[in-house]
Amino acid sequence: MILIGERINGMFSDIARAISEKDPRPIQEWAKKQEAMGAAYLDLNVGPSVADRVSAMRWLVEVTQEASSLPLCLDSTDYDAIEAGLEVCKRPAMINSVPAIQEKMDRVFAMALKYDAEVIGLAMNEEGIPKDSESRIALAMELVANCDAHGIPLERLYIDPLVLPCNVGQDHGPEVFETLRQVKLLSNPPPRTTLGLSNISQGAKNRKLINRTFAVMAMACGLDSAIANVCDQELLEAVATARILLNMDIYCDSYVDVFKSQNK
Amino acid sequence: MVVEIYKEKYRGQIREVVLGATGAEGGTRSHTITVGGETTLPFLHFEGKIPNRPVVAMEVWDIVPEDWPAGLKEYFADVLNDPAAWAKKCVDVYGADLIALYFKSADPEIRDASASECVATLKKVLEAVGVPLIVYGCGNAEKDNLIIGPLAEAAEGENLLLGGAELDNYRSIAAAAMAYKHSLIAQSPIDINIAKQLNILISEMSAGLLGRIVMDPTIAALGYGLEYSYSIMERARLGALNGDKMLAMPMIGNVGHEVWNKKEAAVSASEEPGWGEQAERSMAWEAVTAMALLHSGMDILVMRHPGAVRLIKKSIDDLMKENSYATT
Repeated sequence: MILIGERINGMFSDIARAISEKDPRPIQEWAKKQEAMGAAYLDLNVGPSVADRVSAMRWLVEVTQEASSLPLCLDSTDYDAIEAGLEVCKRPAMINSVPAIQEKMDRVFAMALKYDAEVIGLAMNEEGIPKDSESRIALAMELVANCDAHGIPLERLYIDPLVLPCNVGQDHGPEVFETLRQVKLLSNPPPRTTLGLSNISQGAKNRKLINRTFAVMAMACGLDSAIANVCDQELLEAVATARILLNMDIYCDSYVDVFKSQNK
Repeated sequence: MVVEIYKEKYRGQIREVVLGATGAEGGTRSHTITVGGETTLPFLHFEGKIPNRPVVAMEVWDIVPEDWPAGLKEYFADVLNDPAAWAKKCVDVYGADLIALYFKSADPEIRDASASECVATLKKVLEAVGVPLIVYGCGNAEKDNLIIGPLAEAAEGENLLLGGAELDNYRSIAAAAMAYKHSLIAQSPIDINIAKQLNILISEMSAGLLGRIVMDPTIAALGYGLEYSYSIMERARLGALNGDKMLAMPMIGNVGHEVWNKKEAAVSASEEPGWGEQAERSMAWEAVTAMALLHSGMDILVMRHPGAVRLIKKSIDDLMKENSYATT
């Protein structure tokens, strides 16, 4: 399971403040902390309240790279901001994200090729997020075809079937699981899969319990990575256990510790 | 027509472990031996790297091995009373890559030899041969804990391969390896989960030991569960090649020990006329067992019969020849 640390996001007030005051410390602290907890990538999102997203993203990339050598996952709907970030990334990054909308795919996959970046493709289009898995799969196929047409290896495409909070869109859950299964049949080699894990529990109580239960169920359906709260110990323990039960790691009594240390 | 050979891509590599130490490295060995380092399954040279050949160690005991069949003992008849001469003969005459020295005399039920007696024997063997040594106690855990420290101390810097640390009794051997710069064998009872756990526990004592562990997954002889140990080793090796660092250790197996107390090796042709001559049959039993283990990823084979050793070393020569399909 490839874990993408979600915490450097302007939705969180400490990060929003750090960005507006140009104070790198909270960002660098979270970068180090998430790296220590086993994140493989750090998601960077300047948040909704920033006026100049382009310069904010560039600054965010620069100060994060001062504190961590992890690859970055540039998270924005503003592709100028993403490109500004890609220009200063020291190692190949991940673009988060592109929906199955033609002009957006054209721009993002060209950008991915230019900067050797991976891409998260969202199973949605102009009409929004489909409810059923068949429509999600059709959109995933469009993303796969466009990625392939640009000559980008499909292992560098991460399909996000998109999950809605379980207290809002409860009926989406089974469709997401089915989408995860079907995505693996789209091509050979297949694209990878990812999810914004914490979305499943937005506005609910028992958020961590919902997150980790969802994580292990999705893993059983073929989930390869997740944007997640990597500081959630119980989530890491559940993921480690799911890897054992799925025969992805060989059991030993210390398997949880091994997972946490190998992730580092 | 060009046939494309399918190649598996692995992301892991078996750790390389160096055995022995030369004068420049703080020991007195004439050379060191490196095992491990594979990036693919055994002998698939076209697919990955197999930088070090598997090696054969021959057993030397510090007592006369009364229960070995006469047809085996005859190869060592002139040296069975003298471990140093026995070791030298194994190296000089029978081509052993290294010596596995067993301190059977320390067993309270055999002679209960003291640590200092064992140390004296170890020193003689170190003087007699230049190859790296594997050192085993008597098999009685309590007693082995008493002798392993003095043996490790007396050979400080030689980078012995100390055997065998087990799950419920690994600390004294690991501590001796740490303190006096030796490598060690992590021994598990045909159980991959315990094998992995033991490697973790040993490396938790000191991260420096991680590159000095050789796994003994415990093997079984042909006809006595060989296929079970084969599949355990295969699974461990596949796990390691797929990135499981806690199983990415070279492997050792006591082939001679497992084979020579089985009736196929010990029974004469007069007792079992259908089985063929004992001398040939027993040697073949050891060689065939060893051969299967080579193919499941064994890096160090501990053997007894010089004929079986010769056959296996010849096979290793052949198996280490490049078989690349890259250019056709």
